[in-house]
Amino acid sequence: MDNLYRDFILEHYRNPHNTGVLDPHDLHFADSNPTCGDEMSMTLRLDEAKERVDDVAFTGRGCAISQASASILTDELRGLSLDELRSIDPRDVVENLGVPIGPARLKCALLSYKVLQGAVIGAEARWPDEAEVLAGANEGGSAP
Amino acid sequence: MAVEQAPPGVFDGAALRTDFPVFDRPHRSGRPLSFLDSAASAPRPRAVIEALADAYGHHYANVHRGIYELSEDATARFEAARRRLAAFIGAPSDREVVFVRNATEAINLVAYSWGRTHLGPGDLLLSTEMEHHANLVPWQQVAEATGATLEYVRITDDGRLDLDDLRERLAREPRLLAFSQVSNSLGTINPVTEIAAMARDAGTLTILDAAQSVPHMPVDVAALGVDFAALSGHKMLGPSGIGALWGRRELLDAMPPFLTGGSMITRVSLDGTEWNEVPWKFEAGTPAIAEAAGLAAAIDYLEGLGMANVRAHERVLFERAWAALGGIGGVRRMGPDSPDEHAGVLAFVVDGVHPHDVATILDGEGLAVRAGHHCAQPVMQRYDLPATTRASFYVYNDLDDVQRLVDGIRTVQRVFGTA
Repeated sequence: MDNLYRDFILEHYRNPHNTGVLDPHDLHFADSNPTCGDEMSMTLRLDEAKERVDDVAFTGRGCAISQASASILTDELRGLSLDELRSIDPRDVVENLGVPIGPARLKCALLSYKVLQGAVIGAEARWPDEAEVLAGANEGGSAP
Repeated sequence: MAVEQAPPGVFDGAALRTDFPVFDRPHRSGRPLSFLDSAASAPRPRAVIEALADAYGHHYANVHRGIYELSEDATARFEAARRRLAAFIGAPSDREVVFVRNATEAINLVAYSWGRTHLGPGDLLLSTEMEHHANLVPWQQVAEATGATLEYVRITDDGRLDLDDLRERLAREPRLLAFSQVSNSLGTINPVTEIAAMARDAGTLTILDAAQSVPHMPVDVAALGVDFAALSGHKMLGPSGIGALWGRRELLDAMPPFLTGGSMITRVSLDGTEWNEVPWKFEAGTPAIAEAAGLAAAIDYLEGLGMANVRAHERVLFERAWAALGGIGGVRRMGPDSPDEHAGVLAFVVDGVHPHDVATILDGEGLAVRAGHHCAQPVMQRYDLPATTRASFYVYNDLDDVQRLVDGIRTVQRVFGTA
């Protein structure tokens, strides 16, 4: 369990990357995880052709997993096209945390993904299928 | 910080835990399970599990129907369980005890059956800011359906019901006040007798959410002076899937059925139907037969311990835990700072650490606690918190659990560097 709170996660939690609100921005969405009260808002600015991500920022309050997940995910978004944003695999988002995520904390890990998808489609996105994500993301890892 | 040795009068937690098979189960932390989430649902002792198995194995047939020995046996045991529960909660008559699935269903029964019959535009309904969603959402729904107005009695900064606010609202003669005896999110023990008397003077009916009180302290619904009370079996060492509504006979008699179908009728033709008498009028379909036997066994177990002793035991654990957590910097405790007004439910916040992270780290130490909004989102909004961590005590807990909670919180602060 303790390795859920590896220094890598705690460092992102204490000093998250890409925080704030971009003004102006092209895409924005705010969402929450009602089960734990975590809140997250994300803004994205596109390049001049309005095709690829020029910059991204998020604000939020929540647990270490949700905040670190947003920090790590937003690091990966610059230069991606809208299609590439849409096709991000939620299993990769969980995998990139580098720690085993069990069913109880899966929504924490996926809130940033859900907010990003909400920004892309301009409406609340659905949670990914939890069983599929767990089957793919935690191969070999023991759930915390 | 060392928690002091147990004073006399406190149960031997280690001995009681041998009655509960769940404590034989290995925990992935490699440490014994410290179960501190009984306010959500309690494990059950072997006696309850055996009563369930015995009911299913040797005494099972449908009740109130068969003209044969086995059905008569099952019916007699089902009705004996009802009498057992009625006596346990001080109901003047077992006819006033309706078996339902849980406290949520009991409250919904009153909201639908009494509420939709008696409420209309211009009527005022009261709930409180400290209620579990089970005692909020049904009233929101019935207000929406009938045009009645729903207001909430405020709570104070230290988690008590604001009785001045209640008095002001009662002056407008609300039809019904829905409130809890013990708050599941704050641990507050409300002064039920005083509140019920205030409501009675205003001509206001009362429904008591007793889900968090009946398992943990002596409760006598008649002496409390309320009109309805709701409880769940699974929080009092009994099976899930069975709970009860208690209501004063004349109120239940005057209410239409909630769910309709088999068993709750006396005569049915294609032109119409006559309702059965209470409580069966409210028990449509095959009830939780074996679970009633399990609930009776849970009551036997609790009465063997003595409900006053259960309360005294939890009071000691609460007092020690409250003091110990108060000695940890950066920990905020929720609810009244008085063991007379606080049940064995201790919600807290660790500064700089989200409650889910607290709960995950405690789980790694073998402690099961609840983290979240505890189905009381208005309470979280009241204190501007996204969530809290909650430790709740029961008969199988002891001072070792309190010590492990304290040590676990220190581990949380060490991991997050907030000590």
